[in-house]
Amino acid sequence: MNDKTNIHRRIAISKFWDYTFMTIGVLSTLIGFSVLFALMSDLFVNGMSRFTYTFISSYPSRFPEEAGILSPLVGTTLIMLVTAFVSVPLGVGAGIYLEEYAKKNWLTNIIEINITNLAGVPSIIYGLLALGLFVYYFEFGQSILTGGLALALLILPMIIMATREAIRAIPKHIREASYALGATKWQTVRDHIIPYSMGGILTGVIMGLSRAIGETAPIITIGALTFIAFLPTSPVSAEFPYINFNWLFDPFTVMPIQVFNWVSRPQAAFHQNAAAAGVILLAMTLVMNGIAIYIRYKFRKRIKW
Amino acid sequence: MKISIYRKIKEGAVEGVFLLCGLSSIFITVGIVAVLAYEALGFFREVSIIDFLTGTEWTPLFADKKFGILPLVAGTLLITGIALSVSLPLGLTVAIYLSEYAPHKVKEIAKPILELLAAVPTVVYGYFALLFLTPILQKFFPEMSGFNALSPGIIMGIMIIPYISSVSEDAMKAVPMSIREGSYAMGATRLQTAIKVVIPAAFSGIAAAFIMGISRAIGETMVVAIAAGMMPNFTANPTQPVQTLTAYIVQVSLGDVPHGTLEYKTIFAVGMTLFLMTLGFNIIGFWLRSRIREAY
Repeated sequence: MNDKTNIHRRIAISKFWDYTFMTIGVLSTLIGFSVLFALMSDLFVNGMSRFTYTFISSYPSRFPEEAGILSPLVGTTLIMLVTAFVSVPLGVGAGIYLEEYAKKNWLTNIIEINITNLAGVPSIIYGLLALGLFVYYFEFGQSILTGGLALALLILPMIIMATREAIRAIPKHIREASYALGATKWQTVRDHIIPYSMGGILTGVIMGLSRAIGETAPIITIGALTFIAFLPTSPVSAEFPYINFNWLFDPFTVMPIQVFNWVSRPQAAFHQNAAAAGVILLAMTLVMNGIAIYIRYKFRKRIKW
Repeated sequence: MKISIYRKIKEGAVEGVFLLCGLSSIFITVGIVAVLAYEALGFFREVSIIDFLTGTEWTPLFADKKFGILPLVAGTLLITGIALSVSLPLGLTVAIYLSEYAPHKVKEIAKPILELLAAVPTVVYGYFALLFLTPILQKFFPEMSGFNALSPGIIMGIMIIPYISSVSEDAMKAVPMSIREGSYAMGATRLQTAIKVVIPAAFSGIAAAFIMGISRAIGETMVVAIAAGMMPNFTANPTQPVQTLTAYIVQVSLGDVPHGTLEYKTIFAVGMTLFLMTLGFNIIGFWLRSRIREAY
């Protein structure tokens, strides 16, 4: 009899700790949620008074009430164009090479180790690379081209890894069926591998760009100016040849730099500007993340091998 | 016959283009190492490497220049330590909860929301640390300065939670269900199974997550540049302003430092230190991670 109550007691104690830990687990998860919530509401409340059309249509200014985010918005858009244009073909190409073409040898091994290693390099180091290489060695200056290239290199490992993961999910029999019909490797890749892995690749690309859009450190390191009260040269013009690429070499500022600039000033009015610009920056990142998650979900549902 | 030659050339060309894409990652690494080494060598031609590694004063922007890296390393380690003491317990608890307790539905919703913590731009975290958390902390520690190590450390810790929880959870997921079932069959609770069976089995993965969290915290820039102040203090007091390796690079980049001067070269010497520190942790992390797959 004594043994039996003893066992019941021990079971009760074990169960008590089991449930206590579960509560702690729920609470820990909720701590993450509540920080996210506090962060968003704090930004929103502080920036609310600045949500006007003039905030979006004005240039940065010495006077907080007149300052706006026109030049950083345009800068961010152009930088993202360069970043996507460079990193997507390179990253997808590298991913396809490693999954479909590469043989198991020392070169492949080095490339693979190197990519995982690059993914762990702090972003500011990419800024130093861009400063030494693009700004001074290639003499691109502190331009949109330099900024876009720096961010492209930064997100390249992300895109390569996403591409590889998406390709790896395609079953072997798809390739075999294609080869059995006489298709070459490139035909198989072009007509089967790339279309079927599109969802995963797209998710990776958007995730990568949403990371790049919020990156501040590499852009500061290349010495981008924080006070830019003008826009880059327009890419389209009325005279022949209508399209030009002079904007690539223009100085620029981006959204996160503008937030950093405003938050580092002592006046509270500038902090409101920082909060408002922060809300817009945060919204851009979250929307991009949302789209990426949605695409992943859609493709995962649609594809049945 | 003609078709087959044309095809061969085309196939070869395509493979060559893809190979070049693959090699681009190697060019990046070579570029990073070359740029850092070239400028850092220029720096060490003027400053002795022993003074650099052992000096306790860092004043390269003053008239009386001292180039001891230790205050910056100490600031980096102090903030990293604070961040880890927040993110390790929280991240691991979240991972155990999500992997061993949470119903499927909760997991599907909680994971993406937690991942958002890692998606928020770091400059926004900096704003939050400086203008939201620091004033709150100052109510508890009235002597705390407006710029300090504690506030950005805590915020960085929360930012790193998803890195630690998702890698640890992946490692726990890799533990075969049969092992858990064996433990349940012996009458163990979920907590006992998690602590005595799952965590030991997933240990190298969890350790890898911790190491990667450390490397991530060392390299983080904007939170500390905004909220920790720009004072290279050689201190372990979290209420004082400090400067990290990354924040120093930001400070110099914000000013107008002419190309080729000694000040310009300092950021590459500091960058080299940062690169080697994170590289060391990353290598340990990869080594631990590669052991996950060997386990079963």
